[in-house]
Amino acid sequence: MSETATDALVIVNASLYGDTASDIVVVDGVITSLERADAPAGARTLDASGLVALPGLVDIHVHLREPGREDAETIETGSRSAAKGGFVAVHAMANTTPTADTAGVVEQVASRGAEVGLVDVFPVGAVTVGLEGKQLSEMGAMANSRAKVRVFSDDGKCVHDPVLMRRALEYVKTFDGVIAQHSQDPRLTEGSQMHEGYVSAELGLAGWPAVAEESIIARDVLLAEHVGSRLHVCHLSTAGSVDIIRWAKAKGIDVTAEVMPHHLLLTDESVRGYDPRFKVNPPLRTQSDVDAVRAGLADGTIDIVATDHAPHPDEDKDCEWAAAAMGMIGLETAVGIVQKTMVDTGALTWRDVARVMSTTPARIGRDENHGRPLEVGEPANITLINPEAPWTVEPSATASRSNNSPFGGIELPGRAVATFLRGRPTHIDVSLEGAFA
Amino acid sequence: MKHLLGTRDLSREDAIRILDTTAQMSATQEREIRKLPTLRGRTVVNLFFEDSTRTRISFEAAAKRLSADVINFSAKGSSLSKGESLKDTALTLQAMGADAVVIRHWASGAAQRLADSGWMHGAVLNAGDGTHEHPTQALLDAFTARRHLVSDSEGKGLDGLTVAIVGDILHSRVAGSNVALLKTLGANVVVVAPPTLLPFGMAQREDISVYYTLDDALEAHDLDAIMMLRVQRERMTGGGSGFFPSPEEYTRLFGLDRARMDRMPDHAIIMHPGPMNRGLEISAEAADSPRSVIVEQVSNGVAVRMAALYLLLSGEEAPQ
Repeated sequence: MSETATDALVIVNASLYGDTASDIVVVDGVITSLERADAPAGARTLDASGLVALPGLVDIHVHLREPGREDAETIETGSRSAAKGGFVAVHAMANTTPTADTAGVVEQVASRGAEVGLVDVFPVGAVTVGLEGKQLSEMGAMANSRAKVRVFSDDGKCVHDPVLMRRALEYVKTFDGVIAQHSQDPRLTEGSQMHEGYVSAELGLAGWPAVAEESIIARDVLLAEHVGSRLHVCHLSTAGSVDIIRWAKAKGIDVTAEVMPHHLLLTDESVRGYDPRFKVNPPLRTQSDVDAVRAGLADGTIDIVATDHAPHPDEDKDCEWAAAAMGMIGLETAVGIVQKTMVDTGALTWRDVARVMSTTPARIGRDENHGRPLEVGEPANITLINPEAPWTVEPSATASRSNNSPFGGIELPGRAVATFLRGRPTHIDVSLEGAFA
Repeated sequence: MKHLLGTRDLSREDAIRILDTTAQMSATQEREIRKLPTLRGRTVVNLFFEDSTRTRISFEAAAKRLSADVINFSAKGSSLSKGESLKDTALTLQAMGADAVVIRHWASGAAQRLADSGWMHGAVLNAGDGTHEHPTQALLDAFTARRHLVSDSEGKGLDGLTVAIVGDILHSRVAGSNVALLKTLGANVVVVAPPTLLPFGMAQREDISVYYTLDDALEAHDLDAIMMLRVQRERMTGGGSGFFPSPEEYTRLFGLDRARMDRMPDHAIIMHPGPMNRGLEISAEAADSPRSVIVEQVSNGVAVRMAALYLLLSGEEAPQ
C-alpha cells in the first residue's frame, strides 16, 4: 500500500451504525461527504451493500509482546491481526521485556507502531517500576513523551498495595491519565489455576475465587471516590464485580470497566479437558457470571469490550495445564463474538457496538482522533462488518504470530471485512474497484 | 477401557470388572510361582514426574508379575524448573514402543493430557495427578473393603456400606478418587474434615454426609470402614496459610485413637493409604489393631495394578 497515492474512496450503500443506508466519501483521510455524487472523479469504489459501517474499532487492552517476546508476537504481526479484526487503534500493555516503565520504552513501541502503520499503537505505561508493585514509575515522563501515554497499568499483576494504588490514582490526575487495574488479590490466588467452583473441585485444580477480583474492585472504587480520580477496571469477569461497578456508578464514582469476548462466551466447563488454550487470567467463570457480564454490558454498567489479546507460542500451551501460560489471542474474533453474544441476542444494537468498541474505549484512552462519529469532517477511521458471513474459527489462519485461540471450531456469525485507518485500507476482504496502489 | 485416568468416569460395570479381576490376580499371588506369562513382550513404562517409591514399586511388581518389560523413567521437574516437557517425554516413549505408560505427575490433568494429546498411542494409567485422581488407590481400597465386608463378593459393589473418609479432602487425590468410586459402587459416603480442607461445594452435596469433627460422624453413623488420610506437613505451616491451627488440635478433632475406634461397630475396618503419621491422624493402637487392614492394602495394591494393566493391555478374559 503506497502512501503517495491520493486516497479518494467512496463506500457505497453502507449501513451506518447498522441503521440507515448511506455512502461515505473519503478524501485524503477525511470523510468529506455522505453522498456518492460528491466523490471526486477516479475515486475507488467499494460496494458496501449489506455491510455495517462503524467508527474504526479501538482496543484498549492488547499484548503485542514487543520488545522481548517477539517469538510470541511483534508489533507488526499484532498490528496486522488487529487490522484484520477491524481495529484502527490498540493500547499495548506494559508487561514487555524491558517493561514499558520509562519514556524510552514507550517511545520505542509507539514509533515502531507508527512505522508499521496498520493501526495506531498507543503504549500503556507501567504504574510501578518493573511491574513490581513497589515504586511508582515515571508516569509523568511517559505522559510527556512523544508517546503521550494516558493509560497506565501493571496488567498481569495487580497494584495490590493500597497506598501505592492511592498514590497512583492521585498522581495521574496531573496529565488526565487513568489507572487500568488488573484486579486480582495475589494472596487469595497463590497457585490458582482456574475459577474456584464445582469444576475446579472436580478437576483438582487450585481455585481462583471470584472474591479475589471483587475485593480489589471494591477497594479501588472506594479509593477512586476518596481521591476523586478516574479508575478503569480491566477484564471484569464475575457477577459480583458487575454489582460493585453498578453500585459505584450509581454513587457517581468515576469508574469504567471492560469485559473480554471470551468472558462473554465461554465458561469454566471448557476447562474439563485440561486443554491450556482455555487457561486465562482472569479465568473463565460460570454461566451465571457470563449472564451477568452480558447484562452489565447491555445496561452500560460495563463500558467497553476489550480483547486482552495475549499471544503465546505453541510450547507455552502444548503442555500440562499447570505449566501452561495464561492468555488467549482475540483480535480477529472479537467482532464475531460480540455479534453472536450481544447483537444477535438483541442485547446491543450495532450503534451500541460502536459505543463499546470504539467511542468509549477511545474516550477512556484519550485517543483524540478515534471513536469519532461517521460524519463529514471526521477522520476516516472506519470498520466495515459483514454481519451475515458465518465462518468457523481456524486458529492457525490468524495473522497473529501465535495461534492460541480458544475459539477453534466455533462458528461466528460475522466479521470485519474492511478496515480503514485515515482512509487507507489496512485490511480488505471485499471487492474494491480500482484497487489501492 | 483404553486408559485408566480416574474413577469419576469409570462405570460401575468397569469398576466391578476390575475388582473381580483383582480377586483372580490376588489368587494367583497365593501360588508358589507368582509370575504369569500374560504380558510377555509388552513394555510398561513407569513415568514418574514426582517421587513416590511406594507407588512405583507397586506398579513395577505388578507389571513384572505379568511378565511385562518394565522401564522406569524418572523425569522430575516442576513448573518452575522445567526439565524435559511432557510432550517430548511422550514422543520419546512412543518412539521406544511403550505399550502402556503409568504416569505420576504433580500437575492435575497430566494423565488426561497425555491420553488426549495424540503425543503417544499406548494405554495411559494414572498413578496420581496433582490433587485430582489416584484411581488405583481407590480401587485397591474398594477391593480391600469388599473382601472384608461383602460376602461372596464376586460381581458385587459396596452397596449399603457406610464408609468414612477423614482428613485433607481438598488436596487429596486419594479422597477425590475414593469419593467418586464409593458412590459408583453404592456406598454411603461420610466425609470428615475441617471446612478449610473441603473442596468447593462438597459441604452442600446431598449425596455425601459431611462432618467437621470425627466425633460427630461417629455419633451419627455406624461405620463399616474408615479411611484415614495422611496429613501433609506443608498444610500445617502457619502465617495465614496453615489450614488448621496446630497438629495437636488436628489430632484432638480428627485423629483416630482407641476411644474413637471403640465407638465403631466390631466388624468395622481401618484403612490408610500410607505412609502414616502415627500419633497425628492415627494412633499406633488404631494402626496396629486387629481391625486395621493397612498392610493388606499394600498387597492388594499390587493385585489391583496387575488387574488394571491386564485389562488395558490384553483381552477381556482373566487368566485361569
